[in-house]
Amino acid sequence: MHSPTTIETSWPDAIYAHFRRVGIRQVGYVPDAGHSRLIARCRSDPDIADVVLTTEEEGVGLVAGAALGGERAALLMQSSGVGNCVNMFSLLRNCGFGCVVLVTMRGEFGEFNPWQVPMGTITEDVLRLAGFLTRRIESADAVDEIVGAGCDMAFNGNLPVAILLSQRLIGAKQWTR
Amino acid sequence: MLDRRDFVGQLLIDRGELLVVCGLGSATYDVAAAGDHPLNFYLWGAMGGTAMIGLGLALARSDRRVAVITGDGDMLMGIGSLATIGVKQPKNLAIVVLDNGHYGETGMQPSHTDAGVDLVAMGLACRFKHARAVSRIDEAADVRALLHAGEGPILVNARIKAEDVPRVLPLRDGHAIKQRFVEALNSL
Repeated sequence: MHSPTTIETSWPDAIYAHFRRVGIRQVGYVPDAGHSRLIARCRSDPDIADVVLTTEEEGVGLVAGAALGGERAALLMQSSGVGNCVNMFSLLRNCGFGCVVLVTMRGEFGEFNPWQVPMGTITEDVLRLAGFLTRRIESADAVDEIVGAGCDMAFNGNLPVAILLSQRLIGAKQWTR
Repeated sequence: MLDRRDFVGQLLIDRGELLVVCGLGSATYDVAAAGDHPLNFYLWGAMGGTAMIGLGLALARSDRRVAVITGDGDMLMGIGSLATIGVKQPKNLAIVVLDNGHYGETGMQPSHTDAGVDLVAMGLACRFKHARAVSRIDEAADVRALLHAGEGPILVNARIKAEDVPRVLPLRDGHAIKQRFVEALNSL
């Protein structure tokens, strides 16, 4: 199994490069171990407003407001966070706001905590039902291509796009204490 | 206690280039009753999300003033967004809560504020620069001045009468509301 500290840990930089390429100006997130490197890159970028949320649902409103003001926004969340957003996702569909959501998966591969499993196993279905185009990424060498294509579809066509970063890619959470 | 239509009408007199995001239900009707405007973003759903739409817009357009006008039920559902806004400290964002202490759309059941839950105290605790309650119509001019020139983030809790007023129904097509808003903002 991939460990988050030893193998292929640079894939968040490929995501960040696409954020820069397509001009993402706001990034909403709830702190997350899987997204920690990407969050740090966004936080240190003066061109990106990083918005730490109390719940992922807030991020959907943020995306809509950013788009009204002419800015592109992305959301970073864990699979559990998808469940927190469901009704608010209707805003994207009702108004046609483009959005990229990057979802770090829990509860699907080597998961230590069974409480993550119920949401992790329905995450992709929930996103599809809510109107998202979804793509899963299983290996680090696919991140660049899939995230690039997802960003282009989201903002060329005002579509909601969700990219699921599998737990196998991220590495199951390590419990050492 | 304020008459909601009178109060919102006075807030939006000579509104100029103020960007307005209004929460679902009565707040949307009140803003529409004050005069339809392309720089109104009317919500008909997404309960709890109004303040965050205001934040995204305020961050995107720091050169413009953004006013969120919503009800106590919507604000309570998105109460964590006060903390999120408190972190970002947008100078150009104001939130006006039309607080009647009740859920008007669903039959006037009492809300948390009716039991004394204090949104102004929450705003202050969340680092809002201004947070105050108003309940008299002669305070509307002060609130209007805050919307146009006060240093944000600003939270005004307006105590309004719990009464049913005639509905004034604006555009309901979300794509049309968005497109009209974006085009109007781009042409300023």
